[in-house]
Amino acid sequence: MEIRERALQTFRFSVVYPNKVVGCKSVDIVFPKNEVTALIGPSGCGKSSFLKGLNRLNDEFGCTYTGSVVMADGTDVMTLDPYELCLLRGDRIGYVMQKPVPFSGKTIQQDVAMPLLASGVRDKRIIRERVQRALEKAALWDEVHDRLDALSTALSGGQQQRLCIARAIVNAPEILLLDEPCSALDPKSTQLVEQLMIELAAEHTIVLVTHNMQQAQRVAERTAFFYEGRLVEYDTTQNMFSNPKENLTADYIIGKFS
Amino acid sequence: MRDRRLLFEFAFRAVSNAVAMVVVGVTLFILGLVFVKGIGGISFAFLTSPPTGTMDGGGIGPMILGTAWLVILMSLMTVPLGAIIAVYLNEIATRNWLYNTVMSSVRTLAAVPSIVFGLFGLAFFVTVIGGGLDWLFGYEERVFQERCLLWAALTMGTLTLPTNVISVSEALKLVPDEQRHAGICLGYTRWEVVKWVVLPQAVGGILTGLVLSVSRGAGEVAPILFVGVAYFLPHFTGDVLDQFMELGYHIYVMATQSPNVDETLPIQYATTLVLLTLTFGFNSIGQVIRWMHRKKMSR
Repeated sequence: MEIRERALQTFRFSVVYPNKVVGCKSVDIVFPKNEVTALIGPSGCGKSSFLKGLNRLNDEFGCTYTGSVVMADGTDVMTLDPYELCLLRGDRIGYVMQKPVPFSGKTIQQDVAMPLLASGVRDKRIIRERVQRALEKAALWDEVHDRLDALSTALSGGQQQRLCIARAIVNAPEILLLDEPCSALDPKSTQLVEQLMIELAAEHTIVLVTHNMQQAQRVAERTAFFYEGRLVEYDTTQNMFSNPKENLTADYIIGKFS
Repeated sequence: MRDRRLLFEFAFRAVSNAVAMVVVGVTLFILGLVFVKGIGGISFAFLTSPPTGTMDGGGIGPMILGTAWLVILMSLMTVPLGAIIAVYLNEIATRNWLYNTVMSSVRTLAAVPSIVFGLFGLAFFVTVIGGGLDWLFGYEERVFQERCLLWAALTMGTLTLPTNVISVSEALKLVPDEQRHAGICLGYTRWEVVKWVVLPQAVGGILTGLVLSVSRGAGEVAPILFVGVAYFLPHFTGDVLDQFMELGYHIYVMATQSPNVDETLPIQYATTLVLLTLTFGFNSIGQVIRWMHRKKMSR
């Protein structure tokens, strides 16, 4: 499997929870630049722990890490101090949660602009421009451009998730982490968000955790299969689903276990 | 069987309605009695003029001013402190021994009888702090080690502090954790999550709690009994190092200490009406703030 340009790479990367439960174990993986990579596997296989490890959101749960996560410019995420980590999350690695979480009491405009507060952008004109660009990229602008002062919580579920994506890309991060972004959405909204991921891959490197194998096939160039905290197989999506090398992968794909 | 179930259903509804009505009845009775008996004594002169020495004439001007100053000074101390402690407990502290110690201290403090706060105020603020300040500045005679408005406000602040911490905590707890996580995902620091995500959502609940604890403070007498309130002091000086008169204490004095209690009854009712109106006013402000905030959050 050939990879031209690397956006993010992990070396023997492990996440351990404070109760000694291992989230993921010694994972070596390379995420190619401006592509969608899907992480699949059964519940509890460690794909989400791994994803949250990439920008150290697991710090919130008191997790410890070994190994390293290296960005394209050589930055090792594991060695950052707390402040640098905030900058990384704000400017370089966007994250979209499973359930859409608009900030209550904020308007659509304010909500999407929230990351700009931390980046110190205060010029109202620039804020408006960047919010508009983010909403356009998230395919939400046409639906909300005439009601930017409405509360973001008043949007539908699918719109809220696209708002969260807009919020995650308003600072134009290199990498976008998506943790089962469609699991709370209806089929129509799911289709919209999937289309969006493919479009966003032109400018962002996307890592997508999904429990939906069809979704991986529809949007991801490459797929990684996790099982019991280990990376079992990593290949192009086409190879993975047509010709898996590992028996475990084959069994999972045909639905022998889930 | 069917009749039995219906009977229980009817009895349940009837009893709960009746019990709820008791609360309404008691409130209406107290308010009605005080209003009917007190309204006649209210006049502009009564609200602004000082009392007479025998307590059976004059007004309650200094007491209103004294109560107002007491509440304002108390709020200046208790509001920021309470908010900071609550934010510490909910947003910053990990669940360790320090958290548990602070939390159980707050709960214990909330359950301490108010007269104990009064004694504490006398022992700690007047004697220890006041005496310490006098010693520090080298005063020959007592300046700080005297009963005064300042120590009364601080004592009252200590009394309302736990109420405050608990009400702010409740408001913070109502903000879902996922909102905080969303802030962390955007690269916010802990403080930024508090400032930009949690506080704006909790502000209605916080202010309501503060107003309620302030209105509680305005109605308490016992804590300030030994630390600053005066039996009779016809003019409010406005100096925090002077004693002052207070509405609640004045009612107590008139009802128990005045030479002729019956003579002072009309003034007692009128004063009680003023005190009730003040605390009721504070409560209403709290309700209005909460209503406005809720409206803003769900436009």
